[in-house]
Amino acid sequence: MSFAIFPVGWLPVWQRNFLVWKKLALPSILGNLADPLIYMLGLGYGLGAMLPTIEGQPYVAFLAAGTVCASTMNAATFEALYSSFSRMHVQKTWDAILNTPLGLNDVVAGELFWAATKSLFSGAAILVVITAMGLTNGPMLLWALPAIVLTGLAFAALGLIWNALAPSYDFFMYYFTLFITPMTLISGVFFPTDQLPGWLATIGGWLPLAQGVALIRPLLAGQVPANALIHIMALLATAGIAFVIALHLTRRRLLK
Amino acid sequence: MAALGVSGLRKTYAGTEVVAGLSFAVEPGKCFGLLGPNGAGKTTTLRLCLGLTAPDSGEITLNGYAIPSDAQKARARVGVVPQFDNLDPDFTASENLLVFGRYFGMADAEIKARIPQLLEFAGLSGKADARISTLSGGMKRRLTLARALVNDPDIVFLDEPSTGLDPQARHLIWDRLKQLKSAGKTLILTTHFMDEAERLCDSLIVIDHGRKITEGSPRALIAEHIEPQVVEVYDEAGGDLAAFVDACGQLAGRVETSGETAFFYCADPQPLLTELANAPGLRYVHRASNLEDVFIKLTGRELRD
Repeated sequence: MSFAIFPVGWLPVWQRNFLVWKKLALPSILGNLADPLIYMLGLGYGLGAMLPTIEGQPYVAFLAAGTVCASTMNAATFEALYSSFSRMHVQKTWDAILNTPLGLNDVVAGELFWAATKSLFSGAAILVVITAMGLTNGPMLLWALPAIVLTGLAFAALGLIWNALAPSYDFFMYYFTLFITPMTLISGVFFPTDQLPGWLATIGGWLPLAQGVALIRPLLAGQVPANALIHIMALLATAGIAFVIALHLTRRRLLK
Repeated sequence: MAALGVSGLRKTYAGTEVVAGLSFAVEPGKCFGLLGPNGAGKTTTLRLCLGLTAPDSGEITLNGYAIPSDAQKARARVGVVPQFDNLDPDFTASENLLVFGRYFGMADAEIKARIPQLLEFAGLSGKADARISTLSGGMKRRLTLARALVNDPDIVFLDEPSTGLDPQARHLIWDRLKQLKSAGKTLILTTHFMDEAERLCDSLIVIDHGRKITEGSPRALIAEHIEPQVVEVYDEAGGDLAAFVDACGQLAGRVETSGETAFFYCADPQPLLTELANAPGLRYVHRASNLEDVFIKLTGRELRD
């Protein structure tokens, strides 16, 4: 029971969230699948019928890869905002945990890894469906799984910053309106960024969602991503720096 | 060595000194009470002792560990019953205990072996698979107490453990706390129920505005601060309380009037009771003085919000 044999304090926090999720796993996965798939199929086949091939693939396949990325981002973001806020602020689950030998770093890290896990469930579920539909190409797509986790970690950490600052659930609307939605439109999820004005495409290219897209779309098409190391490092750095900021802000909020 | 030692503790929030130079020591195996009106600094003091916030100055030792630097190690042998229930609403009673035990690094098998006895202690043997929303307030409190014992702690912190409970539930909690004391656990209790403190505490301190205003055993404090008997006189049926206080005030050691009630504190109440028998329109209650009288005398009768 001592800390010598208990080096991963975040694990029981992750396990707690996993146990809750397990009780509602099926509806949760179906819920995560339905919305993005409806958009993907509707836009992909409806709009795609009017479009030429994009980057050598049909529009629906282009959009399918973008949907994996956007769903990964959304799953991690929702978990790190609404669900983490419920546990922190409404149910006071974090307060209960902080009365045990675990520290706030364990709690926030457990939430980070859990939100990334949720994004993996979500991204992988869509990956399975689009692969069954023949919208991916070759076994290279398995490398998309770690890329999904990386993207999930980055957005989980960013979400936890906003969570630490939130006075109420309403506050999260700003995060979506000001950050998530515009980013989705300029990161190459729905259309290639070279359609954008140059300056906007440049900004988009720096955003974390674009890093995920740059890794995941080529992998699903059976290609090695260009500049993979840069994108991996960018996502890791985003996750690491955002986590440190989130931890600092949460400490200021809960342990003052 | 003290189970908990605090000296010169200070904590300021937004320019207000919430804990203003507090010192006390808790002997192992005893029940220690931290009493005070709302806003006196009780909960902040508990949070400081658990290492959940850093003091501006002062020293804290909990179970031999310096707080807050070694707080996580100290908390491994500590249980906490918080003021507001924060059980996991998504889990059953036994899942709550399992998940909580994992936070202490306990193996699942070890926790599962303890769950039946913990539930039995809490009087929840039939409720292992009950969801939290189906439990009454008293049951939730007892489950919170069981949860605080999952790691078999040496020291248990209880922040207002019986607030909001009905008398039956309250007596059951008191009974369990006495059992814990018999089992050698150190209990550290905050409360503003004086009867609770009088029943449970071996020693206590009263704090107000973050400062200690007195300390001792409940009995010693009553003997030290207050006359042994109290007669409460109510002006109920058009009697003249003010006139009665003027006429008979000298029969008591001390008289306090609050609204429609006069409190006569005295060593020998007999002459006063004789007068009261002939005072129409006044009702009275005669009782032994208690810790609440001491508390009111020390912290005043004004409302605290």
